[in-house]
Amino acid sequence: MSKVSMVLNGKTVSADVEDRTLLVSFIRDVRGLTGTHVGCDTSQCGACVVHVDGKAVKSCSMLAVQADGAEVVTLEGIGTADSLHPVQAAFREHHGLQCGFCTPGMIMTAVDMINRYGAGNLDETTIRHELEGNICRCTGYHNIVKAIKAASDQMAGMAQAAE
Amino acid sequence: MYETTYHKAGSVAEAASLMANADDGKFLGGGQTLLPTMKQRLAAPSDLVDVTKIADMKGISANGDGVTIGAATTHYEVSTSDLVKQKLPGLASLAGGIGDPAVRHMGTMGGSISNNDPAADYPAALVALGATVVTSKRELVAEDFFTGMFETALEEDEIVVAIKFPGAAASAYAKYPNPASRYAMAGVFVAKASDGSVKVAVTGAGQNGVFRMSAMETALSGNFSPDAVAGIAPDANDLLSDIHGSAAYRANLVTVMAKRAVQKA
Repeated sequence: MSKVSMVLNGKTVSADVEDRTLLVSFIRDVRGLTGTHVGCDTSQCGACVVHVDGKAVKSCSMLAVQADGAEVVTLEGIGTADSLHPVQAAFREHHGLQCGFCTPGMIMTAVDMINRYGAGNLDETTIRHELEGNICRCTGYHNIVKAIKAASDQMAGMAQAAE
Repeated sequence: MYETTYHKAGSVAEAASLMANADDGKFLGGGQTLLPTMKQRLAAPSDLVDVTKIADMKGISANGDGVTIGAATTHYEVSTSDLVKQKLPGLASLAGGIGDPAVRHMGTMGGSISNNDPAADYPAALVALGATVVTSKRELVAEDFFTGMFETALEEDEIVVAIKFPGAAASAYAKYPNPASRYAMAGVFVAKASDGSVKVAVTGAGQNGVFRMSAMETALSGNFSPDAVAGIAPDANDLLSDIHGSAAYRANLVTVMAKRAVQKA
């Protein structure tokens, strides 16, 4: 057992967990945040993507103890039902989901992508390439790509308006 | 996953001593291969010694014409480093094509080469660029470090600390990824040294992991163009054959990837 502490969605949390506890199990089972999904459990599908110290990672392929001391953000940490993150709003607007199972990972990957490239700097080819680690079993990729592009462009407009 | 005990090492010496005291331990880099393997119960180390928090093992620095890369440096850091992009563009582009973005944020160069997966990308770069692997005990040239499929010259408690790359006049990598797994079915790294000599290394296709193509190297030394390697292929008897592609198919892929790499370089 190890004591694990991290800042999860802005709140400091800690718990004693078995060393083999995966980060995704810590998030879902210990902290009860079920927005992060377990899809394939073999690190292919990306449904479990969260941000650790500002970078997208697959939380099913990381131990909770590895995230000790880190800042972790999950889907619950980027927006609320009343105040959606622009990426969440764009997924709703463009119907970027069918069954919705892969959506948490898609959205966290999209936010990371926009952070790295800068809002407004994403074209369709780049988005498709960057989605290499996220699988949608409904194969609804077209609208996912559209939603990410729209969110990226909209966030660039918001940034401009703020200047 | 079976039970295991996790240790966070603060220094290379501490990591070695933690490993010496472990019953059946393994060093943990980014864990992008080891943890999925443990989840499948194909590996069950009693102890995991995390070496990614060791400051001496992180970062990228200039080293004459070349670069030195800490073993705990992630693929993402290698692919986005201005220094690597400027000095060894082939290496930066290779790192940006490993796995997917989330894997690249975690996976490390030291972890990847220590595992020596026959389909991993880095071994081809290290061999073609003539890199030196710096461990906690010694320095090894890349060709002596990689000894076979999933096999390296590393001893049980020996840790890869850094990889030293000499400069190159030109470098490029081309791979044919498996459409599903995205692992290389054949990947070819071509490097032209500052003295004009050429090295060509192949990953993904060989039965014993990475190997050099001396016939291509000779041809490219005289004429550095895709045409020079168009008629050269490895002996299919030495290549992997599986449901994804026969040995003869892979032999042809090596030629095609070599042409593409030379074109890019």
